[in-house]
Amino acid sequence: MGTPLRFLACVLLGGFLLGASVLAQSSAKYGVGTTPTAEEIRAWDISIGPDGTELPPGRGTAKEGAQLFTSKGCVACHGANGTGGRAPELKSKDGPSVETWKRGRILPVRAPFATIVWDYINRGMPLGREGSLKPDEVYALTAFLLSLNEVITEDFVLDQQSLPKVKMPLGDDYASLPDWKPKTRRMKGYPY
Amino acid sequence: MGSKRLDRRELLKHGATLAGGLTLGAMAPASGQTPASGSPAAASGPKMIRGDKDLIAYGDRSHFVTSVRIPHGGRPSPDAFGLVFHVASPLQDSVGVITPSSLHYVATTRGSFLPDIDPKDHRLMIHGMVDRPLTFTMEDLKRLPSVTRLHFIECAGNRSTPKAKNVQESHGMTSNAEWTGVLLSTLLKECGVKGGATWFVAEGAEEVKGASSMPIAKAMDDVIVAYGMNGEAVRPQNGFPLRLMVPGFEGIFSTKYVRRIKLVDRYYMNYNDYGHLRQDEKEAVLGFQWGPKSVITRPSAGQQLAGKGFYEITGLAWSGGGAIKRVEVSTDDGKHWMDAEFKGTPQRMAHARFGCPWNWDGKETVLLSRCTDELGAVQPTRAQVAKFFNVPLGEVPGLDNTIQPWHVASDGSVTNGHTT
Repeated sequence: MGTPLRFLACVLLGGFLLGASVLAQSSAKYGVGTTPTAEEIRAWDISIGPDGTELPPGRGTAKEGAQLFTSKGCVACHGANGTGGRAPELKSKDGPSVETWKRGRILPVRAPFATIVWDYINRGMPLGREGSLKPDEVYALTAFLLSLNEVITEDFVLDQQSLPKVKMPLGDDYASLPDWKPKTRRMKGYPY
Repeated sequence: MGSKRLDRRELLKHGATLAGGLTLGAMAPASGQTPASGSPAAASGPKMIRGDKDLIAYGDRSHFVTSVRIPHGGRPSPDAFGLVFHVASPLQDSVGVITPSSLHYVATTRGSFLPDIDPKDHRLMIHGMVDRPLTFTMEDLKRLPSVTRLHFIECAGNRSTPKAKNVQESHGMTSNAEWTGVLLSTLLKECGVKGGATWFVAEGAEEVKGASSMPIAKAMDDVIVAYGMNGEAVRPQNGFPLRLMVPGFEGIFSTKYVRRIKLVDRYYMNYNDYGHLRQDEKEAVLGFQWGPKSVITRPSAGQQLAGKGFYEITGLAWSGGGAIKRVEVSTDDGKHWMDAEFKGTPQRMAHARFGCPWNWDGKETVLLSRCTDELGAVQPTRAQVAKFFNVPLGEVPGLDNTIQPWHVASDGSVTNGHTT
């Protein structure tokens, strides 16, 4: 939900929820646990949502990313240009003319948001040195993988603002998620 | 298996030699109970094992019991780097409903080392759309009201294929344990959930910090922040010191080494979530939660019937939708079905053990089991699911909860009945 929409929702729901929020503000029942500092929260808050709220400042381009892909040792597992290695393929054999779902499970192609690519490199790479990449390096490597698959151009600058706005090949071509409720069958009309 | 256990075996031989005469004398009354079919060794009493400090401190199973977990799906665990991926539980040897912690299946996000976490340093932070972000130590969590419940976990990749030579290969990526911890709803109420929070992100402390998005409705219903497993601390391979237990959902949601929960207002689409995306609406809806599923563990593929006569057919049944209400068994490839009996009371989102008497006439046949859960959902055949999705038998999508056929040959050998 974008900021204007969220604001509108707050205004509309504000009065309605007043009673409920008084209840919600009631004090903790057990008084167990301590309040984390803002800095403690920021240090652990690494799951990047689709609107990029949690992205740190930084920037990078595919050209910089291509150099890092070699210097950080990515090629050893993923192969030169992200293909032919032991680790998962990072470049689709097929171009953008092929339907995205048929291009294989290639992260920079199938991810519906570019934030997912940034998030995964940041949390999970390189193998054995996870969490060691600086934000600029993650932006640059993300740019490299997106450029490799023709999602962005080689000189496109990825940063806090531009990354969440990248239009990914999948778009919104994926199934909506189940609306889960307790003690409810998974799907109406599914005979089993 | 370390050299330590071999040492114990040496001790056993050594001890038996040293104390042989005395032991035989002392054990003489016991040999009177030896059945007529007993071996000569049994007639003279078993070998004796001397007390061992380690065995007093933490017990071990008999070295005659050799049931072990195996790497799942052809990918080595550990691999050349020491990374562990998926490891399956030996269901063919299971009795009762509890999977021993040492034999509980293991799965990791992408192949992983084992985090060696000091519980004194471990924290769980809850933040995002809450009135009061809070951080809990392990000691904090143990002060709060706890629950103890039986629940199964099952990996989304637990799918029987014709390649599976036994029930460990076809169904071994599920296990059932007694979990103890604090309800996530207790912690969220302590933090105060803000209106508009619809999803939460759970994240682990391991190297990839595996994270998943789940609906708040599930958090408020039955998710456990678990520190206990089968009466002791959760094992490292299962998430020590703290993990989520998300009853009935695909195993990956039960976040191991959980250190952070963030309440948000949308599906967060983390790396694990992206792997769950589907193009087809039906497949997406049938994800997340397991449907009713059962399997006969004895007799099952790889086992050998001694000859015609009486056998109790026994197996496990479970469902992500609640407790199992009924299990039926067929000994003639589905022509007739009979109700099996439960061993104990089936629990919600937990393995239930069933049994059914059978007199084998020595002829070739196929054994089947199917279950019904508290929502009235019935375990389907693979043909039924293939028809629903209009795909070939070997390509049924989604979480596989279809009926497993075991083929019994006239020579008593049991094999996998799936051919495609």
